[in-house]
Amino acid sequence: MNIVVCVKQVPDTEAPIRIRPDGGGIEESGLNLIVNYYDEHATEAGLRLRERFGGTVTLLGVQPERAKEALRTGLAMGADEAILVWDPALVGADHLSVARVLAATIRTLPHDVVICGKLSTDDNAGIVGAALAEYLDLPQATAIAKLEVDSTGSSAVVHREVEGGVEVLGIRLPAVLTVERNLNEPRYPSLPGIMKAKRKEIKVMTLAALGLNPEEIKQASARTRMVKLAAPPKRKAGRMVEGDADGAVAALIAFLKDEAKVL
Amino acid sequence: MDFQLTDEHRLIQATAREFATKDILPRAAALDQAGTFPAEIIQRAAALGFLGISVPEQYGGAGIDAIGNVIIQEELARASAGVQTIVTVNNALVCDPILRFGTDLQRQGYLPALVSGKSLGCYCLTEPSSGSDAMSLQSTARLDGESWILNGTKSFVTSGVEADICIVYARTGTEPGARGISAFIVEKRFPGISVGKVEKKLGIKCSSTAEIALTDCRVPRGNVLGNLNQGGRIALATLDGGRIGIAAQAIGIARAALEESLAYAAARRQFGQPIAEFQAIQWSLADMATRIDAARLLTYRAAYVRQQGVRYTREAAMAKLLASETAMWAAHKGVQIHGGYGYIQDYPVERYFRDAKITEIYEGTSEVQRLVIARQVLEAALGSAR
Repeated sequence: MNIVVCVKQVPDTEAPIRIRPDGGGIEESGLNLIVNYYDEHATEAGLRLRERFGGTVTLLGVQPERAKEALRTGLAMGADEAILVWDPALVGADHLSVARVLAATIRTLPHDVVICGKLSTDDNAGIVGAALAEYLDLPQATAIAKLEVDSTGSSAVVHREVEGGVEVLGIRLPAVLTVERNLNEPRYPSLPGIMKAKRKEIKVMTLAALGLNPEEIKQASARTRMVKLAAPPKRKAGRMVEGDADGAVAALIAFLKDEAKVL
Repeated sequence: MDFQLTDEHRLIQATAREFATKDILPRAAALDQAGTFPAEIIQRAAALGFLGISVPEQYGGAGIDAIGNVIIQEELARASAGVQTIVTVNNALVCDPILRFGTDLQRQGYLPALVSGKSLGCYCLTEPSSGSDAMSLQSTARLDGESWILNGTKSFVTSGVEADICIVYARTGTEPGARGISAFIVEKRFPGISVGKVEKKLGIKCSSTAEIALTDCRVPRGNVLGNLNQGGRIALATLDGGRIGIAAQAIGIARAALEESLAYAAARRQFGQPIAEFQAIQWSLADMATRIDAARLLTYRAAYVRQQGVRYTREAAMAKLLASETAMWAAHKGVQIHGGYGYIQDYPVERYFRDAKITEIYEGTSEVQRLVIARQVLEAALGSAR
């Protein structure tokens, strides 16, 4: 089974984010970058399919050179190969353009299943996986929490967690799947895996090599444009309820009734 | 000069930190309380390659360099100094000498099992009456046909209870001191080796510390490690590497003390403000951070010099000396910052305080490190004229 996993490098979700003064993006200097959590689960799903069916897991990213580190993490987990597509025309490209580039790359690879995280934690759009399926003209199942592939590897049953229940879908392969975090527990990269990954070459491709016209991909052709990035409003300081237990309880009840009006 | 970690080192650090934080840290306090061997954690560590960090791939290891090893040891010790002790002993005191001084047959016979977690290693040098004066050891080995017969008692053996492959030093020659000593690879299944008294300790409680008794222990002739009567040299060379591992352990403990102290100082309010706002607390935090960085830089340097393939006795001793004294000092400061809460077991600084002390003692006390350093610097200054 030939498996392609899309991987994105994102800012560490535990690190403070600073917005550039012009509101055009975030400060990248000194930013700790990690593999998007959901993509770690996608990689794990790919590795488990390979363990069952054989074949290869190829990691694919559309990001600048620095994202090689994220791909190397996936290689250290056990993926076979990695491809990074980057081109100056991709600066400011929107999600649909990224999906087009991924689709063009995946068409050059044998692919029985394409797995993505359901979203990336940096801009939280959740568009790329679904758009990718459209561009590849493949069936898709998004945000899956369970994956059962039949013994021949030709179809799968997936579970999607929906409001108040579970949706069970059957899907033909090849397909594009986007995954939830509770699908699996990603393995740690092993130390020998890290050293083996160090020796693997990450293939770097440009838009031209994929037969794509940079003019159609670049920011000016994007269908969406970021107007402004702003920090969330500062939270107001909480109010402390003072006094002994009896007094504090009375004050709290009064607040809940009269001011918050929740009682 | 480059103070940046490489991409590989950062990935190694991230992996070790994640494993230590998720799989070790939540259990560290309970392991300390129970004083039981963390068998499951050690098996998981083995599966990820932590038991054969610098062992080449051909024997199943990860083939990671000395700086990578230091990075890993710090991360493990920051979560649990007891778990890290088990790991670093297997790596530095058992795998390393087999790799450096063993025959091909010995490497192939022992390293894959030591790396995979099928076996665990221990190091039997110290005896009841030879600690700092290790080369005065009294255990003996005499040749009987195709076997060596070992007799004696080894003390303070880390992992002595659980380990099944032991590096044992015994006297094979009549010459006193280092010259008459040989090293042996002794399996626990050989007849005549047994576990004696198991010590109750101040800290690193989840690693066992035991006496190993050798009573007419029969060891195949082929299990001499390195050349006959060269064991003294092997012991000292092995300890140079071991000291880097203890330095990294000490840094891990000190860092844990600082991290806990920072969190506590930010959260604890007295006199209407977080105690982190008080200069008395800030000075302690600043000194802790500074000394930890200094110790880490010395330890990275020792690992770097080792990687260059030259002698690193002086650098390893300096790193171990500064790092271990920093750990004890930082743990002391950490308890003080926590006040009464630092003295009770609900807060981890109490454990760091107990764990830190051993780093000033084992694999050469601070006094022995100073002796080693003094000998090296005097020799460099005065040469053979002395």
